[in-house]
Amino acid sequence: MSNVKTFTNGFIKENPVFILLLGLCPTLGVTTSAINGLGMGLATTFVLFMANMVVSMVKKGIPDKVRIPAYIVIIASFVTIVDLAMAAYAFDLHRSLGLFIPLIVVNCVVLGRAEAFASKNNVVSSMVDGLGMGLGFTFALTLLGAVRELLGSNAIFNIKLVEADGMIVFVLAPGAFIALAYLIALMNKLSKK
Amino acid sequence: MEYLYIIIAAIFVNNIVLMQFLGICPFLGVSNKVSTAAGMSGAVLFVMTLATIITWLIYTQVLAVFELEYLQTITYILVIASLVQMVEIILKKVSPALYQALGIFLPLITTNCAILGVAILVIQKKFDLLQSVVFSVGTSLGFALALIIFAGLREHLDLINVPKGMKGVPAALLVAGILALAFQGFAGLVKI
Repeated sequence: MSNVKTFTNGFIKENPVFILLLGLCPTLGVTTSAINGLGMGLATTFVLFMANMVVSMVKKGIPDKVRIPAYIVIIASFVTIVDLAMAAYAFDLHRSLGLFIPLIVVNCVVLGRAEAFASKNNVVSSMVDGLGMGLGFTFALTLLGAVRELLGSNAIFNIKLVEADGMIVFVLAPGAFIALAYLIALMNKLSKK
Repeated sequence: MEYLYIIIAAIFVNNIVLMQFLGICPFLGVSNKVSTAAGMSGAVLFVMTLATIITWLIYTQVLAVFELEYLQTITYILVIASLVQMVEIILKKVSPALYQALGIFLPLITTNCAILGVAILVIQKKFDLLQSVVFSVGTSLGFALALIIFAGLREHLDLINVPKGMKGVPAALLVAGILALAFQGFAGLVKI
């Protein structure tokens, strides 16, 4: 498979959120606004990219039986880097994402790509795959965040569009489920054509 | 009284699945039947309590003492992964009946973010050991409640005529949304 194809694969055809339904916890948890979704998506993209790269580099040195714990340690190291870097340079975002940053470790997308792609492919295409999947994840989170922010507080990327109270339910927990339900239904409809 | 507040808050007010969005994967994955949902809930109760005790001890007795707090994520995930493996091996030897009931759910639990989430939360909330245990039992009961109700609803969902595009996951998520709306009614009941 060519690198271009690998890259676009994660975006639409195998979008981790809308099609593969992986990593739904952060998807639902942090998308109260588009900014939060974008920040979480980019943090995950970094981890995915780096983890995919390192896993594909060291895959020959890891015995098959302990590969999953080894991958988890690699992923956890990069998550710690992201966690500390965000606490230092993007404190507000770090605070609003909170618990979900350390929880990137157990995001099934990251371990899933390490196991399904990086452990079988060369370094360059693993990096491309990590970037594509990560940006697909970012796209999904930003879209969901934008929809919830638009309906919930009449704003997008913190810019107020209409001076009125939004439907607050979309910022609260139930709105996350409902908005994602309709987005997935929409994606199903679009991808069938 | 204090422990009662923690339990009520963990089960209803801050329900781990419907309010905090942790453990969504098993929530959607094993909620097709009430019986499997109950099995998963049992396994989560068992592992979550054990994992919280062990990670709490490691954090306060080792990491905090040597000022290694930044290793929290790495240590916790390794401890949880090996704990799950160990529980599986011990359970197989000691109680084959229990292993039969919970066995297939155990490997899935490593990637259940609720376990790691609760282990980190009790440190963030600065709970002592007993409070942490109470909190993790309450949280896993909340997980069980949400999962079993949802599984019951999904069993009925299979029998209903749903528009084609909404079949499967979208319809299930919509039901989860309505369930979360119901749990929203508990907001403000107690505060911890």
